[in-house]
Amino acid sequence: MDLLHQLLTDYTLRTVAAGAAVLGLTSGALGTFAVLRRQSLLGDAISHAALPGIALAFLLTGSKAPLVLVLGAAFTGWLGTMLIMSITGATRVKYDSALGLMLSVFFGLGLVLLTIIQKRPDANQAGLESFLFGQAAALLVGDVQVMSVIAVVALVVLALVWKECKLLAFDRDFGESLGFGMKKVDILLTTLLVVSIVIGLQTVGVVLMSALIITPAAAARQWTDRLGTMVVIAALFGALAGVTGAVISGSTSRLPTGPVIVLCTGAIVAASLLFAPRRGIVWQRLRELRAGRRLRMDAVLLDLYALSTHHDRHDHPHDRRVLDMMAHPSGAARRSLRFLEDRGYVVRNTPRSWSLTDTGTARAENLLRSGWTAEG
Amino acid sequence: MNDPSLVNGPSLVNNQAPAIEVRDLTVAYREHPVLWDVDLSVPEGVLLAVVGPNGAGKTTLIKAILGLVGSAAGDVLIHGGPYARQRHLVAYVPQRGSVDWDFPTSVLDVVTMGLYGRLGWFRRPGRAERRLALEALEKVGMADFADRQISQLSGGQQQRVFLARAIVQDAKVYFMDEPFQGVDATTERTIVGLLQDLRARNRTVVVVHHDLQTVREYFDQVLLLNVRRVASGPVGEVFTEENLRRTYGGRVAFIEGLLRSPAS
Repeated sequence: MDLLHQLLTDYTLRTVAAGAAVLGLTSGALGTFAVLRRQSLLGDAISHAALPGIALAFLLTGSKAPLVLVLGAAFTGWLGTMLIMSITGATRVKYDSALGLMLSVFFGLGLVLLTIIQKRPDANQAGLESFLFGQAAALLVGDVQVMSVIAVVALVVLALVWKECKLLAFDRDFGESLGFGMKKVDILLTTLLVVSIVIGLQTVGVVLMSALIITPAAAARQWTDRLGTMVVIAALFGALAGVTGAVISGSTSRLPTGPVIVLCTGAIVAASLLFAPRRGIVWQRLRELRAGRRLRMDAVLLDLYALSTHHDRHDHPHDRRVLDMMAHPSGAARRSLRFLEDRGYVVRNTPRSWSLTDTGTARAENLLRSGWTAEG
Repeated sequence: MNDPSLVNGPSLVNNQAPAIEVRDLTVAYREHPVLWDVDLSVPEGVLLAVVGPNGAGKTTLIKAILGLVGSAAGDVLIHGGPYARQRHLVAYVPQRGSVDWDFPTSVLDVVTMGLYGRLGWFRRPGRAERRLALEALEKVGMADFADRQISQLSGGQQQRVFLARAIVQDAKVYFMDEPFQGVDATTERTIVGLLQDLRARNRTVVVVHHDLQTVREYFDQVLLLNVRRVASGPVGEVFTEENLRRTYGGRVAFIEGLLRSPAS
């Protein structure tokens, strides 16, 4: 509650939250395509490959203006990605190895350059190392404006080539056969991914930025079976995690933003994996339980029916203990009889004796006709 | 510039030329030839089966014709014009296993993809496209599944969705990669019906096929392929024990059994 109040009144916090929302939105939307194309780890390679770009941009211009650093980051991030594409195309090196190769080489180069910068005598160098884990508190309104413009451009481009991107992600060969240059679409979509990553680096940092690409999309997949909806949900999850994480880290003393945001995305994923309807673990388990209960219930119903065939009348009452002896786990017969009673298939005559109703008899005969066997 | 297809400009259907003309097509993966100097000429309105052992290059042949894998040499003409310019006359049905069926999309959406080529860049499908896609789904008996998530389909139903996506393209020439692979009897009948319907409308269909038992029954012509073209032509002339032996090498026992019981 206190946080909410601060969010509405505190200027810095509002800036931080707006910036985090923008970056979560973009990376969630574009991350959806990366996840669906099984390129989840490409985001990791891109963000690590962006680090030397940030350092180079500073070394060349002496400026720490976000636009300058973002351009540098985008350049080496994009370069790393194109190198990965050409290495897998031209050599026998597999995709995951090429990813690891580029990630570590570029990141190593970035760390070397950062060290060189730190050893320089001028005082201007401070703060670049916050790109490792992100520092939301350093965000200025101007930074957020730059991020927003870039993000809007990226999302508009994505909307324009929506169906081409869908073709690329679902059936590349078919898209090619329709005459769409899928290589072009691939490069464009990957470039948009690079853009969505570099605008988040200042806030989340290169080390953990890929979490914002992967996790919102992975969580969103749990909630929908449509690509458009998935992109929207992933964008909202990304924004939610970004805002929550940035606000927590911005309002407590010196918690690095990246890790906090990533913890928030983790919570969203965990909740989605557990509770999403249909795909969620909890609902799946509940469905299984319900199916099991139904099977046991029908088994008891059929046993009662089998007993009743020993007598003239179908509603001849039987003691529950007879049913217990017919190989039901302890207590199962009693529970199943209650469910059957709720549904009107059996009635209780005395506290322990039960008999079939007409609808119960009809159901049992139906089950037998459709080949039900009690062993299940 | 004596080539009439160049004089007459794009989207021309040359009635004298065969529907598909492949000359000297050669594909190599890292020095290993996968397709070697393949010639093929398919007249319009013919159902052609491509038959051969595993690794014979059947899928590669289709992909090379469609420019999906690079070829070391060779030309492909579709109705007299180079493929790159006649692309809009061609529809492709990839192998069902080549895509992720857990992709978040609906049956209708997949079929609508067949119309993306006609729409071109940037334009979005609208009501007209939706209607065409539904009609195509009806033809394969899948109209009731239009709004289903594609992961809820059986293998045969997936195959019928892929076929609907090709039908909606209303092409002159169809390339289908193993459409009969692992499908149920209903789907098999649907596909056979579709093939006959396409032939009746003078369309040309090339089908990669693995079931030698049904070649005589379903197809007019056959290409026997094992890296090289072993033989091609009308099924009655070409689908002989001698040619099958040359295509499949030592594994002849099943071929003899096959030819002793000619299909009705």
